[in-house]
Amino acid sequence: MEDVSAVTAPTEAQIDKSAGFHPLPAANLERVDSFGMNLHAMSYVWRPSTVAGIHQVFAKARATGRKVGLRGAGRSYGDASLNCEQICLDLTRMNRVLSWDPQSGIIEIEPGVTLRQLWQYCVGDGWWPPVVSGTMFVTMGGALGMNYHGKNNFQAGPIGNHVLDFDLVTPTGELLTCSREVNPDIFHAAIGGFGMLGCFTRIRIQMKHVESGHLSVYAFSTRNFAEIIREFEARMDRADYLVGWIDCFATGAMLGRGAVHEAKYLHIADDPNPQQSLRVENQELPDTILGLLPKSIVWRFLKPFTNNAGMRLVNWAKYWSSATIGNRKTVRQSHAGFAFLLDYVPNWKWVYKPHGFLQFQSFVPAETAEKCFTSQIEACHRAGIVPYLGVFKRHKKDSFLMTHGVNGYSFALDFAITARNRQRLHALTRELTDIALRAGGRFYFAKDSTLDPVSARAYLGEDTIREFARMKRRCDPDGMLHTELAKRLFAEDLLNT
Amino acid sequence: MPLPFKRCIVVGASSGMGEAIARQLCREGATVALVARRADELARLKGEIAAAGGKALVFPHDVRDYQAVEALFQQITAHMEGLDLMVYAAGVMPLIEPDEYSLDKDLLTVEVNCMGAVAWLNQAAQRFGREGAGTIVGISSVAGDRGRRGFPVYGASKSFLDAYLESLRNRIARTGASVVTVKPGPVDTPMTKDVAKKPLLISAETAADTILKAAAASKRVVYVPWKWRPIMAIIRAIPSFIFRKLNF
Ligand SMILES: Cc1cc2nc3c(=O)[nH]c(=O)nc-3n(C[C@H](O)[C@H](O)[C@H](O)COP(=O)(O)OP(=O)(O)OC[C@H]3O[C@@H](n4cnc5c(N)ncnc54)[C@H](O)[C@@H]3O)c2cc1C
Ligand SMILES: NC(=O)c1ccc[n+]([C@@H]2O[C@H](COP(=O)([O-])OP(=O)(O)OC[C@H]3O[C@@H](n4cnc5c(N)ncnc54)[C@H](OP(=O)(O)O)[C@@H]3O)[C@@H](O)[C@H]2O)c1
Repeated sequence: MEDVSAVTAPTEAQIDKSAGFHPLPAANLERVDSFGMNLHAMSYVWRPSTVAGIHQVFAKARATGRKVGLRGAGRSYGDASLNCEQICLDLTRMNRVLSWDPQSGIIEIEPGVTLRQLWQYCVGDGWWPPVVSGTMFVTMGGALGMNYHGKNNFQAGPIGNHVLDFDLVTPTGELLTCSREVNPDIFHAAIGGFGMLGCFTRIRIQMKHVESGHLSVYAFSTRNFAEIIREFEARMDRADYLVGWIDCFATGAMLGRGAVHEAKYLHIADDPNPQQSLRVENQELPDTILGLLPKSIVWRFLKPFTNNAGMRLVNWAKYWSSATIGNRKTVRQSHAGFAFLLDYVPNWKWVYKPHGFLQFQSFVPAETAEKCFTSQIEACHRAGIVPYLGVFKRHKKDSFLMTHGVNGYSFALDFAITARNRQRLHALTRELTDIALRAGGRFYFAKDSTLDPVSARAYLGEDTIREFARMKRRCDPDGMLHTELAKRLFAEDLLNT
Repeated sequence: MPLPFKRCIVVGASSGMGEAIARQLCREGATVALVARRADELARLKGEIAAAGGKALVFPHDVRDYQAVEALFQQITAHMEGLDLMVYAAGVMPLIEPDEYSLDKDLLTVEVNCMGAVAWLNQAAQRFGREGAGTIVGISSVAGDRGRRGFPVYGASKSFLDAYLESLRNRIARTGASVVTVKPGPVDTPMTKDVAKKPLLISAETAADTILKAAAASKRVVYVPWKWRPIMAIIRAIPSFIFRKLNF
């Protein structure tokens, strides 16, 4: 018999196989998706429920030479909590409320506590989270990782402004307590530090006192960017929340047309029964739409409209109703109803199946906003890719190192990804990025999936990146904390690659 | 249409169809992990691919080292940061005389063609099933369609592969992953250089091209070239009492 089994000695160069590789258990291999459904990773996922468990995951990563990506509820649109083929440390099971004082409104929580848990826990005592994002299905660890903002950013700043202190477990096993007084540099870098410095394990937040479970919400329409900006500037001193919606299909004189919702907290005198309005049951979003349609199937009805013609119609109808029947109306709405409008339609994002969608959000100074956003919409029309949703907010500066905050406006654009537009969409987002950069704009890692290292440097500045890299070396000298976003934007600065 | 595969493993990449598949994937811009025993052959191929501007990685391995597969598979997927395509092209067909019954050759055939395939494709199927994406290509043969006189265990090993691949497909296709069973007729490779009868012979490059197109289109069973499908349908239809008198 010919010797078919002879093994040739490997030549030394050119072999990629390495002997010291330690496999991780196949049982932990999972698919991990981005919220936009356009990116995913296969990762080895661990979900510890204690601080000791977190230490163990870091130890395992060290022993097997793996990187660790931190993940909350995965509500970032892009690759911020993805970590291909490495360890995903999912904090959702670390979700206990550690202490709560209804007198002072100070709450101490683990990082996996969701925003939903948080408001439901406190609202009955007359406290509401000082800053909430557009969905309640985020974890507070993830909220701090991105330093999320709400529709009250121009007043309240980002969530970081309301954090009293936190514990951060670093990959080296250190537990750092940070506040504005203790480790202030890490405090201001880890909040908004997109999971690069350590894992929040305990967070103390000052909640916001509310006298009623309702807000007074005033709605009106605006005809263009100049007008909406004028309205925001005039109202921001007295409004508690301001949010704008823009019909991105409109062109010419109507380019930038949209609607504004302005909300104010109610005083006890304006609410006949705050005891009742503050009950969780009376905050909850109803299960059906118009008392008829189960919410869970609504996305199926929207699906046929998720194309250019359909969305042009939906946007037009929304503008038309806000400019006519809904114009200059004041209504009372629960905090949850006002804040979490998007959660009203479960799985609304499924209308973007199968290719998913991306959000492009830029934050530009007030002076350049009108021109910048007008150019961005014009660029979309030129490219033939019109965003199906445009959301407009007012912001202010903050003191966090990697911040997306500006004294100005943000404009968030939702783009459907199709089999045919992928390349063109990529080119378009580059153009939108350049327009924003020229206007002095900034970007937000929670929404981003398209930025490149040069643009990230351009808005953050060398000094900021150097300072963040210094902090990274201090907390994570081996560059063990790693995500696809960090690799895309800061491979050289942060990841020892 | 460019191929939708960016990160690929080809087991049995050091010669024949596996090599041709690896080359074509690299030409199309994919990164390919080359797996086979002969490290020098793989290194040569990697060099040639690199010279043409492509990217390949070399992982010498004997598929009969089953226990090593899990770690190696993970090492490769970590290295490439994921996997889109898994090709199992390793195979042996030891020549045997009409009257030869060699347990050694038969065991080798079963080990490489069947057990090696199971060791590698189990890994891929588990991953792709969980991912809801990915493509498995298993190279079987027309020889698996009928028990012929020529190569009893080789033919049986390909029948095994057919049934195994079909099972994998039934397990994971519903998630979005695909499993492609490839059934070539004679292909001009080192495996067949001493085989006398080679009807409808095609080159390894032609075979690779057809195989990758079928993989991109998520075909279930593909005969290479396609003519073998009707031919084998007829051959399968021949009743056994006649078949055993024929000279296949
Ligand atoms: C429908 C919708 C509406 C939204 N609206 C807003 C909005 O109005 N304003 C706004 O600012 N954002 C908004 N967002 C974005 C969202 O608030 C952020 O992406 C937030 O970070 C998501 O939290 P998460 O728990 O899902 O975190 P993930 O997305 O899982 O992680 C976010 C980041 O935090 C890191 N991280 C996670 N856990 C920890 C931890 N324990 N310690 C350290 N780092 C950690 C991760 O590595 C990652 O970099 C919205 C998102 C959606 C889907
Ligand atoms: N050629 C044909 O006419 C034909 C027809 C139908 C089906 N097929 C099938 O097509 C596949 C490819 O065949 P081919 O014609 O391309 O043959 P080939 O040129 O001989 O290639 C066979 C490949 O399998 C690898 N291999 C064999 N034993 C191995 C082991 N123990 N461990 C790892 N790798 C091993 C070889 O690499 P090393 O030697 O370097 O390990 C080589 O790369 C086979 O499954 C074959 O049965 C071939």
